[in-house]
Parts: sequence; C-alpha cells; structure tokens
Amino acid sequence: MTLRAALCAVSRAVRPGRCGGLPLSRTFQVCGATIHASHPRQGSTYTPPPARYGGRHTVTLIPGDGIGPELADHVRELFWFCCVPVDFELVNVDSSLTAEDDINNAIMSIRRNGVALKGNLETNHNRPPSYKSRNNLLRTSLDLYANVMHCHSLPGVRTRHRNVDIMIIRENTEGEYSSLEHESVPGVVECLKIITRVNSLRIADFAFQTARQNGRRRITAVHKANIMKLGDGLFLECCKEVASGYPDIAFDTLIVDNATMQLVSRPQQFDMMLMPNLYGNVVSNVCAGLVGGPGLVPGANLGEHYAVFETGTRNTGRSIANRNSANPTAMLLASCLLLDHLKLHAYAHMIRRATLSTVTETRMHTADLGGQASTSDVIKSIRNAIQSTGPLTQSI
Amino acid sequence: MAGSTWRTAVFNLLRRWGLKDTKAFTADQVPQAPRQQRPQASDHGMQTVTLIPGDGIGPEISTAVMRIFEAAQVPIQWDERNVTAIQGPGGNWMIPPNTKESMDRNKIGLKGPLKTPVAAGHPSMNLLLRKTFDLYANVRPCMSIEGYKTPYTDVDLVTIRENTEGEYSGIEHVIVDGVVQSIKLITEDASERIAKYAFEYAVNNQRSSVTAVHKANIMRMSDGLFLRKCREAAENYKDIKFTEMYLDTVCLNMVQDPTQFDVLVMPNLYGDILSDLCAGLIGGLGVTPSGNIGTNGVAIFESVHGTAPDIAGADLANPTALLLSAVMMLRHMGLHAHAQRIQTACFNTIQDKRVLTKDLGGNAKCSEFTAAICERVQDLD
Repeated sequence: MTLRAALCAVSRAVRPGRCGGLPLSRTFQVCGATIHASHPRQGSTYTPPPARYGGRHTVTLIPGDGIGPELADHVRELFWFCCVPVDFELVNVDSSLTAEDDINNAIMSIRRNGVALKGNLETNHNRPPSYKSRNNLLRTSLDLYANVMHCHSLPGVRTRHRNVDIMIIRENTEGEYSSLEHESVPGVVECLKIITRVNSLRIADFAFQTARQNGRRRITAVHKANIMKLGDGLFLECCKEVASGYPDIAFDTLIVDNATMQLVSRPQQFDMMLMPNLYGNVVSNVCAGLVGGPGLVPGANLGEHYAVFETGTRNTGRSIANRNSANPTAMLLASCLLLDHLKLHAYAHMIRRATLSTVTETRMHTADLGGQASTSDVIKSIRNAIQSTGPLTQSI
Repeated sequence: MAGSTWRTAVFNLLRRWGLKDTKAFTADQVPQAPRQQRPQASDHGMQTVTLIPGDGIGPEISTAVMRIFEAAQVPIQWDERNVTAIQGPGGNWMIPPNTKESMDRNKIGLKGPLKTPVAAGHPSMNLLLRKTFDLYANVRPCMSIEGYKTPYTDVDLVTIRENTEGEYSGIEHVIVDGVVQSIKLITEDASERIAKYAFEYAVNNQRSSVTAVHKANIMRMSDGLFLRKCREAAENYKDIKFTEMYLDTVCLNMVQDPTQFDVLVMPNLYGDILSDLCAGLIGGLGVTPSGNIGTNGVAIFESVHGTAPDIAGADLANPTALLLSAVMMLRHMGLHAHAQRIQTACFNTIQDKRVLTKDLGGNAKCSEFTAAICERVQDLD
C-alpha cells in the first residue's frame, strides 16, 4: 500500500461522515442519536479525490449518445481555454453493443478517478430484457445513491412561472429501477419495486444534511403511501425518523399526484423535495420544464466514494444531434458542479458566471429557449465573457 | 352496451355457419355501431341514469346538475342510489345490491365524491365500485376553460389510464425486516383492452393521435408488454397517428407545451400522476371531469375532487367538475346537442365572471351559479 493510499485510508477512518461529492459535517453517534457538528464550508474536513501529477486532476469523460459527444467536446475546449487543471480520460461507451465491456471499462475508469462527467447513453427499449440500461448499470455499480438537481428560475428565460427555486433529492439506485421482472405465467408480467430501510435512511439523511448546508428550510417527501402502504410507507417512516433529528428543518409529505398538480399551479411553495426513484424522475422533469427545459439544469449523481455529473434530465437529444443547435448550458453547469466537487472553486465560479450571464444578460438563446443562436455562438459568447473578466486564459 | 347481446348471438350464428371469421365474438369485441344509432334502453324516450350523490358537498352539486339538466330539457331521468359498504354473506365487502342492480340495468352512472374511510375495516368505496363493475379505463379530458385563467392556455388533451392493475395491484411483501417489495402487475389482456379502448375513443371523439406513455427503457418486460399491445392495437386503426414517449419526456414537454399532446394512454401509476398533472394545468380537480368505463357497457362518470366537509351544506360548492362529467356522460350516450349546450352555458358563465363560486374567484353561492347556468342554457335553446 502506498503512503498516499495509507494516508487516505487513515483520513477516511478519522472522518467517518464523509460523503463523496458534498462536504459533510462531522457526525457522531451518541446513544443512537446522530449529532452533527456545525461546520462552515471553509472549515470542511472533506478531502477531494487526490490530484495525480502536478496538481492536475484526472476526470473520466463519457460522451454518450445524441448531443453528448459535441457537448463533451465543448466542455473539453472550454476547460483548455480556461487553463483548468483537469485532464479528461475519454471513455467511449457504444450503447448499440450487447456486451457490457464498454460500460464496465467506464465503471473501472470512474473507480480509478473518483469523478466523471457523462452524457446520456441511449437505451433501445425494443431489445430484450437481458440488455440493461447502461446508465442504470453505472449508477448501481458505483452506488451513486443520491441524485441532486437544483431547479431555479433564470432571469431572461421566459417561462410561465417565476421565482421557482426547488432542490430535488432523488433516491438513485433502488425503487422501481431495480430491473427485477419476470413472467411467471405467459401474458402476466410482474415487476418488483424494492424499498429498503437502509437506502431510505441513507437518502433521507443525505437530504437533510444537504438542506442544512444549503440553507434550505423545508423538505417535502413525495410518496404514494396511500396505495403502496408497505413500500412507500417504509420510505416515509425512514424520512420521518431522520427528520426528528433535524428540528431546524421543517418536514412535510405530499402524495405524488397532488405534488405534480401543485408544481404546475404554484411551484413557489416548494423548497426541497425528497423522493424515491420513479417519482423523482417525474418531479425532476416537471421542475426542469418549469424553469426552462432540459438545456438549462445540471444534475449530480453522488455516492459514498464516487461522483458523476451530467445534465439533470438525462436526455440524449437524438433528434438534434450534430446540428450545432443543442443548448450547452446544462452540460457546462454540470462541469462547474464537477469543478466545485474537486475544490476548484475559482474556475467553477468563472465558468458558471460566464455561462449564466450568456443566458440571462446577453440572452444568447438556442432554439429550445426560443432563440436562434447555435451551440458555437453560445460557446463563443461564454469565452468572450470569460476573457473579458476572468484571469489569464489561452488566446482565442 | 345495451342491445349488443343479440348482435353477439347473430355473429356467433354467422360464425357457426362459416360466414364470418372463425373467432367467436364476445360482447366487448363486437364492433360498435356509431353512437347515435346505438339502441338505447328507453322509456318514452327518457333514459334512466343511476345517480350516486356521494358525501360532503356531493348532494348539493348533484342537485345543481339535476336542475341544469332539467333546464336544458335533457331526456334523462335519475335513479338516485346510495353507496355504503355492506358486508356480504362470505364476509367480503360489497356495495348495496340494489345499487348494483340499478347500475347493471341502466349501465350509465353519475357519481359525486365519496368519503374515503380511515380505519373503517373496509376498502374505499371507489375501489369497491371499480372492482364490482370492472371499471378498466379512467378517461379524463382536460380542456382549458376560457375565463378561468391558468398559466397554461389551449390545453386540449385526454388521458386514458388503465385502472385495474399496474402498480396499484396492492401486492406487497416484507421480504426481510427492512426490505419491502411492491409488485407491479402488467397483463396482456388488460393492456390489450385499454389500448383498444384508447383508439376507439380517439375515433369516436375525432382525435388525431394516441401517445403511449411508458418507461420501457427501465421496466423492459412490463412496460414492454404494454407497449407491444398498444402497437398491435395501432395496427387496426391506421387513421390514428400512434407515438410512444417516455414518461419523463412527456412530463418535461407537458409543462413546456401541452398543445403537442392529444390522447395519452398509459398504465395505472403513470396515468394517476399524468392525469392529475393535466388537471393542474387547467385549474385543478374542481373543474376536471372524469369517466370510468367498465366491461358490459357500464360507464360511471364522476367528479374527482374531495368531499370538502368544511363547506358541505353551506351552498358554497362549485358544481363545475360534476357538471362537466355529466356532459361527458351525455356525449357517451350520444346526446351531443344537449351536451354542447350545457357545456357552452357553463363556460360562458365562467367567462362572464359575474356569478362565480369562491374557488373560481367570485363570491356567489352554488345555487346562484347554478341558476346563472340554467338561465344561459334556456337562452341557448
């Protein structure tokens, strides 16, 4: 075992409350109750994945399908332009192959590097059940149990609702996405939805800790426990249990159909929402639609040891691929989340500010936002914004 | 539908004589005559409809609907029944036999909101009704109401939800302590039935496209089976455009541009979520109609809002949801002219904004709102 690995092991042992992705407060178990030491972000004890050579990080890059490859290229070029100390290890995953070698290589690469930026991998749903969704395989193998998406209204983007600011925490590995199905009698298919106490407690704890770190005052758990009494009932029970340990954060529950109805009529009432896998899929897409669409919102998949960043709504955008019309905002904001994760805050701030100013101030909008700009126009505008206000960059 | 049993017998005779396809016809599969020509069980031209007022504000809004129908001179007589769970001889819960008999005879029912019992020892009444009459399809047309402003205008879509199986099969087990599995059941028969109904609805209501909503990328076998059945049904209706879309894509697009959707067909859970999402687009459950279609021609139309016990009896309720469901019922029965008149009167009253109940933004009483609609209906004659 190298010295560095030993130091890491020791540091992990000393800091039991670490969660890959977001700095955690120190947690101590005292008589069964979890006590959290408060922590300012600066004084965090979290250690990012170690840099490899000369202070440069290696990050896995999985371009994916559809608009993925072109957006991945833009991210790489922008990082080079901004002299970001990140080297991308490119791993191509061909989703048309039946063999799982490609995705296994990608998973191995992420295990090595600790962080990844990925585009969505298409799943052909006409293939037999033995062909599993590559995205799902990646999430479950790496135990990326939390999907975090922050949807907030942007000035300059025309939407029907204003002042939306919702953080969505979605359980990412179990629930309806367990891929356990069988046909015991011809013509009758059973699909299992698994809810476990361990995972429900874990995601609830993650949600409450994230709420505390981000100054969120209220968490709404979304469920369907009136129908799925045992499954969603267990999820709710775990959420309530964890909520009792965080008296400073209000906790309420809402049935999923009512939640969607409230979201389209009055989304401003929600602060943070917590839910199992499938409802999270629905709610996150609804919220993304409310704030301007799939081109604007980034998402993070976080686990104990790994973090994978991608666009929030996980679309391949097959119909607009290679037309230079995709909106790069979501992918660029995801890369900023990645930089924050690596503690490269200055670079993250620089790119994020330039990207958001292009959307909100310059209003260089692609087709999905009702504009006519191309992807390269937007990227050029972002580079100009960085060049004019940022530190030394490569010449254009 | 009423009158189809003789047709089934004729078709089976023809089959036996080798003059038709070898497959025997059941009542469900009998090609339906266009609605206007379908023979109706009538008594002096009046059709009887079972009315279940329900609990809470149910009786008030049912009275309102009856008054409006009277003003519009709709050829319907009401057979008022109550639904309270009673325990049958085998110990299983059922609806009162005279209500069941009434529904079986009349085939069409209109229902107000029913109280959901908590710890009453019996399942909800809605569930009992669904099981008794095998109400397999829940249909919710969502149309923007001019005059009732929501951020979404020009919504005009229909959600058709499979109502008997799927995630709501109620089969759950605790495998070991702390691990629960819920079973989602998808069967070929139920999927075939709902897919066929969706296309038939599209044809009968001049709709141009049907979209199947699924998550077959994740739930390959179950939603894959559902999708296959939808594709098979689409083969028989070449005039209707058929598309498939992932649930998350539908949600994403629905809140950005709901005008791109027409008829949506989906399994139980997605249908529950999407139909309530669409109800939210047009203004909530207080203005959304709903119909449940069962086997043997039974159809029960209902308002899907709650019983509102806090305003029950205070003449404050909004009868719009039940009224629009009754209009849906009239269309189902072929009484299109009456349906259109009542709907126009209702929408015009809301658009006029002079007499509106509290939830619609006014301060009129339920009876005043009803009277305004009655007046308009009579004017439209």
